Amino acid sequence: MSMAAEKNQLRDDVLNGFQLSQQLERIWRTPSGLLGALMSVDHKVVGRRYIVTAFVFLLLGGILAVLMRIQLAGPENTFLSADKYNQIFTMHGSTMMFLFAVPVMEAFAVYLVPLMVGTRNIAFPRLNAFSYWMFLFGGCFLWISFALNVGPDVGWFAYVPLSSLQYTPTKRPDVWAQMITFTEVAALAVAVEIIVTVFKQRAPGMTLDRIPLFVWAMLVTAFLVMFAMPSIMVASTSLILDRLVNTRFYDSSSGGHPLLWQHLFWFFGHPEVYIILIPGTGMVSAILATFARRPVVGYPVVILSLIATGFLSFGLWVHHMFVTGLPQLGAGLFTASSMLIAVPSGLQIFCWLATLWDGRPVYRTPLLFVLGFIVIFVLGGLSGVMVASVPIDTQVHDTYFVVAHFHYVLIGGAVFPLIGAVYYWFPKITGRMLSERLGRWNFWLAFIGFNIAFFPMHILGLIGMPRRVYTYTADMDWAHLNLLSSGGALIFALSFALLLINVVYSARKGTLAGDNPWNASTLEWATASPPPPQNFDRIPVVKHRDPLWADGESLPVVAGLSAERREVLLTSLAEAEPQVREASPEPSIWPLLAAIAMTIFFIGSIFTPWAVLWGTPPMAIALIGWFWPTGSKEDEA
Amino acid sequence: MRQTIVRDVSDLPTFGFGPRSGPWWGAMGFMALEGMGFAIAVGAYLYLYAINSSWPIGASPPDLWPGTLEVVLYLLSIIPNEYTSRAAHRFDLRKVRVGLIVMSLIGIVLLVLRGFEFAHLNTRWDNSAYGSIVWLILGLHTTHLATDLGDTVVLAVLMFTRHAKPRRFSDVTDNVFYWNFVVLAWLPLYVLLDWVPRL
Repeated sequence: MSMAAEKNQLRDDVLNGFQLSQQLERIWRTPSGLLGALMSVDHKVVGRRYIVTAFVFLLLGGILAVLMRIQLAGPENTFLSADKYNQIFTMHGSTMMFLFAVPVMEAFAVYLVPLMVGTRNIAFPRLNAFSYWMFLFGGCFLWISFALNVGPDVGWFAYVPLSSLQYTPTKRPDVWAQMITFTEVAALAVAVEIIVTVFKQRAPGMTLDRIPLFVWAMLVTAFLVMFAMPSIMVASTSLILDRLVNTRFYDSSSGGHPLLWQHLFWFFGHPEVYIILIPGTGMVSAILATFARRPVVGYPVVILSLIATGFLSFGLWVHHMFVTGLPQLGAGLFTASSMLIAVPSGLQIFCWLATLWDGRPVYRTPLLFVLGFIVIFVLGGLSGVMVASVPIDTQVHDTYFVVAHFHYVLIGGAVFPLIGAVYYWFPKITGRMLSERLGRWNFWLAFIGFNIAFFPMHILGLIGMPRRVYTYTADMDWAHLNLLSSGGALIFALSFALLLINVVYSARKGTLAGDNPWNASTLEWATASPPPPQNFDRIPVVKHRDPLWADGESLPVVAGLSAERREVLLTSLAEAEPQVREASPEPSIWPLLAAIAMTIFFIGSIFTPWAVLWGTPPMAIALIGWFWPTGSKEDEA
Repeated sequence: MRQTIVRDVSDLPTFGFGPRSGPWWGAMGFMALEGMGFAIAVGAYLYLYAINSSWPIGASPPDLWPGTLEVVLYLLSIIPNEYTSRAAHRFDLRKVRVGLIVMSLIGIVLLVLRGFEFAHLNTRWDNSAYGSIVWLILGLHTTHLATDLGDTVVLAVLMFTRHAKPRRFSDVTDNVFYWNFVVLAWLPLYVLLDWVPRL
């Protein structure tokens, strides 16, 4: 486009009010119809799909948990066969970790981060759509395989040699390994998007020390994903190669070693815990500030703790391998680093307690879940410090003590804040409030049910019950505690049923929320609920860490962006000074086609190495179609 | 909420180069995660090297000439690569076209040379863990080489069409940037694959 034509472009400074909203909505909306829906690149549409899909996987993984608890409720139960049980605990762990916990956190980031930093769409929106399709196809691949009795049965960390061809000659471990590849591609794509969105698309004036804590948490998480997930991709690829073309990575008779697998897996697997936990802490900070009616105490302390946790999380992985016969020095070092990471987590907890203490807390459902988080997470942290010590770990390794510990950390650390976040942001996403009455029932059932389900597991572990057994004999004296635990699990499951009822009911009948029902301080509350396709009619200018509390009635904004094509404002990394008005890609079907091509490639390549050959051209074509300009206003600026 | 316009950004450009542009940061992100992939693969190599008393296992080290020739070519390719970058910064379409064609040809030559390198590794992937990790690392780098070559060819074609608009020059500089990563990644891998087995 020539400079003269560029000068004549319609800008948002000559339009106002309703006219401006209409015009921007016309440019930014997702096209109608099924094809339009499949082409959507709106971060809110993709984010919503991501959230709903991840919750469907939570439901499926939860049903598996209930099945396991029914099986274990009494001794010598025959409800599930040993083979089914193996598949079910593997599917439960894999679903919860790879198809629920990580994706749901990234999903919230996909929806919220662009709104919270005050921009119109996420960076690389087509990559974002592609990421969702890959996640969906990977999850379906795993679950369809399970339905066809090819569900993985080698545990969620698929240790070799059990997962080697020699000991598991079926396709089950390949399904597991390739599901990993799917979900890691999806997660890595979102990580890059989040980093670039936070680095380059913040509203003018949102300097590094004015970024909302939730966004900081997601930024640190994105870096963890970026540096942890390549390890599991190398691991899953080498496992498939060992099984398909006879490479020898894990074959000790040809110079390979099973411990290599454990190193590769846990170098990813430990940061993974923090990839799930850190977003939870971000949600806690966001909810706490709003309901304590004051900014979180110690903003820089919280950020430095997040960053410190991120760094330290890469130095702990060997504590999963204490019983493999490590050199003593190594064990000592990793014990120390494992205990060290409790320090930044502890600092954050003190900051939150101080916030509550100094604030005027309003005890609504989101805050209840945050309080539940603090209690459960601290308990999980304490048992974590215990298992960081080699002698204790040696005793309780592979027992129910560890199962109790990581459910306290993961459910307490991530699921409680997440459910709090659902109550907190549901009004923004749907425009309606969730029922507070059902919310309270939901919280108390969850809190009580969780503790009844998981606390007895500590004791079961200490008295010797190993994990991953499908049944036990009556003379072991584990029956009562197991029955108690199963009862708690049912109560816990009931709390999720209430959540589902609440969501379905309130999405239609809930009280209308308005823009800012909680009187919160961050930018996502400065726009309508649900937000229009363009997010904001004009990009806000940020002058304060809590803009909506500081600016009162009138929001300072910028003008001068195009009202004819999709345009986002790029700002400088540290000071968020405006630099460029960059075009943002319009909807496209190519990300879906690319994901389909890649799915064929991935699934084909667990059956034949030639899939690499015939699977590549369709992928290349799809990618060229994706990037090739269409002559739209977005392309030609 | 009521709005007060406090700033006008209509004078800002519609694209930027380097850290001012979004795609540059995207490329940076992918380089970081792919670099991590290389680092992990190198870590796996060194782990296997450390636990095995003989290395390479049941094979002689790779022949030196293909890898070494690649190093020379990679380093020389920085010159036309940089030429392309400078031409793109000056919006010189003719020179950018020349630069992209030259870089595409260099990529093709390197890909052919890579074929020879595989043939001269003196081990197969299924001989031993040594063979497996060598093929994995070389395969990983070849994927990067092929991806960048594909990107360069597509961009070269694009710059001959009506879509060769000013902002495409920024894409060209990002492609240049990524090529430097492919070059830089090769240097330590060359030392690892060709010289560590000779220690």
